[in-house]
Amino acid sequence: MSIDVNAIRKDFPLINDEVAYLDNAATTQKPECVINAIADYYRTSNANPMRGLYKLSVAATDAYENARAKVASFINAKDPSEIIFTRNATESINLVAETYAKASLKQGDTILISIAEHHSNLLPWQKICAENGCKLKYIDTDDQGKITIEAFKEAVTPDVKFISITHVSNVLGTKNPVKEFAKIAHDNGAVILVDASQSVPHIKVNVSDIDCDFLVFSGHKIYAPMGIGALYGKKELLESMPPFLRGGEMIDYVTRDSATFTEVPHKFEAGTVNVEGAAGLAATIDYVNAIGMDEIAKREDMLTDIAFRKLSEVPHVKILGSSEASDHHGILTFVIEGVHPHDIAYIMDSDNVCVRAGHHCAQPLMKHLGVMSTTRASISFYNTEDEIERFVRSVAGIRSKMGYAE
Amino acid sequence: MPNNTFYNEILTEHNIRPFHKKKLENPDFTLEGVNPSCGDDIILALKVDDGIITDGAFEGDGCAISQASCDMMLDLIIGKPKEEALELADIFLRMIKSKITDEEKDRLEEAGILEDISHMPARVKCAVLGWHTMEEIFKGATEGSATTEDM
Repeated sequence: MSIDVNAIRKDFPLINDEVAYLDNAATTQKPECVINAIADYYRTSNANPMRGLYKLSVAATDAYENARAKVASFINAKDPSEIIFTRNATESINLVAETYAKASLKQGDTILISIAEHHSNLLPWQKICAENGCKLKYIDTDDQGKITIEAFKEAVTPDVKFISITHVSNVLGTKNPVKEFAKIAHDNGAVILVDASQSVPHIKVNVSDIDCDFLVFSGHKIYAPMGIGALYGKKELLESMPPFLRGGEMIDYVTRDSATFTEVPHKFEAGTVNVEGAAGLAATIDYVNAIGMDEIAKREDMLTDIAFRKLSEVPHVKILGSSEASDHHGILTFVIEGVHPHDIAYIMDSDNVCVRAGHHCAQPLMKHLGVMSTTRASISFYNTEDEIERFVRSVAGIRSKMGYAE
Repeated sequence: MPNNTFYNEILTEHNIRPFHKKKLENPDFTLEGVNPSCGDDIILALKVDDGIITDGAFEGDGCAISQASCDMMLDLIIGKPKEEALELADIFLRMIKSKITDEEKDRLEEAGILEDISHMPARVKCAVLGWHTMEEIFKGATEGSATTEDM
């Protein structure tokens, strides 16, 4: 059954025919069911969870743990305890860096990341390298914005002990073959983290199939509220890791001088947790599951294909990354000759088209690509062909508005 | 709501064909001004003789607002004493941040067209980059870099 886009658009209060929202890689709009789930939690189940001494607290705990089970099943983790709730993908990566990596990486070890990483998958590793005496190594993308399996294999030298790599690039849209990467990592004795911030909202992600050790994503990029994200980790790894933040319900027993910590996942969830966010994330998962992730991917690929073809025809426009639309996964990052991206985004705003301009939190990649900054349009299944038309028309009109003759 | 008329002929002309965007031979002062978050990057060079700005130029990259604003500033300050240039910078920065009188706006000549930037917080630092860099030069900094990020 294909998606009834008119019905879908009515689910989102901020999606309308006036403004074309094409900044979905930054954050998505929220459907009513997610907004209602947050309100419903406070209307029906709010209490401090995990303490469970009265019915309302049990209801809050249930809402939270039910969300955890939904996330586990959504990404096909073996057990809900392999899901840690965090604020977002950034916090999830920091958690792994400050616990697993900090405790296990030694001088002479290498951390491997790609040049296409978001700063959130770069800065935590720079810090661990500085503190633990490790080396940070980059694998470059090729002229199509890709990292081939052969290039990856070559980069995974015996000193590489930890690999952190994006699933889908937030700038180029390229998808890495992370299942093959995980196999190469494990054959080399390395641990691999997958940043799935840009894949989980758009394609079916299966951690058991990928066989990665860690995987992270943010709720707000998949129609859920801001402030809730997830870390998936293999149980045995999570159990071996020291806690991240301390305090609240993450303990077993505390004395004047020491503490013992409770089991995973609670060991990593210090302080009162974000139950409303988890309830919103659970509602999101129900929502996208009802539509079907395969249908979502199909529609987004169709829209990406149209946008790619039409944008490619606009004079003086260059799309970064692969020359194949199917490699872009809803993300089109481009430059217009002679016009700065901030001017582009500003003029497009006056045409009621929302796009992102700047370095997209990926400055090393911008340098690698030889650009200062770029403009990015990013697609969701709730976008329409008409919105893509308006986007391309707006791009096509920019140079003349900036005073160029043609 | 923003509108396209902001990118008027004066602004786009200063952006596409900036009169003062060139290398200045033997400048007395050179200072780089950068907006790290948006990649605006200018190097402002000035010649000052007996307290008078005798020549000026800039190089670099950035959005139309940063480039045009710097070009218009140089139009205005070349030939003027540095005290007057600083006075004009003060008027310009006040125009962007709050309000100025009509007389003050007249003194800014073409640069007055950037008044509406005050309604666009994200673009303020682009508009003030050149002016801020010029202020930094006369406040004693002769090397290194100025930034408007903290404004």
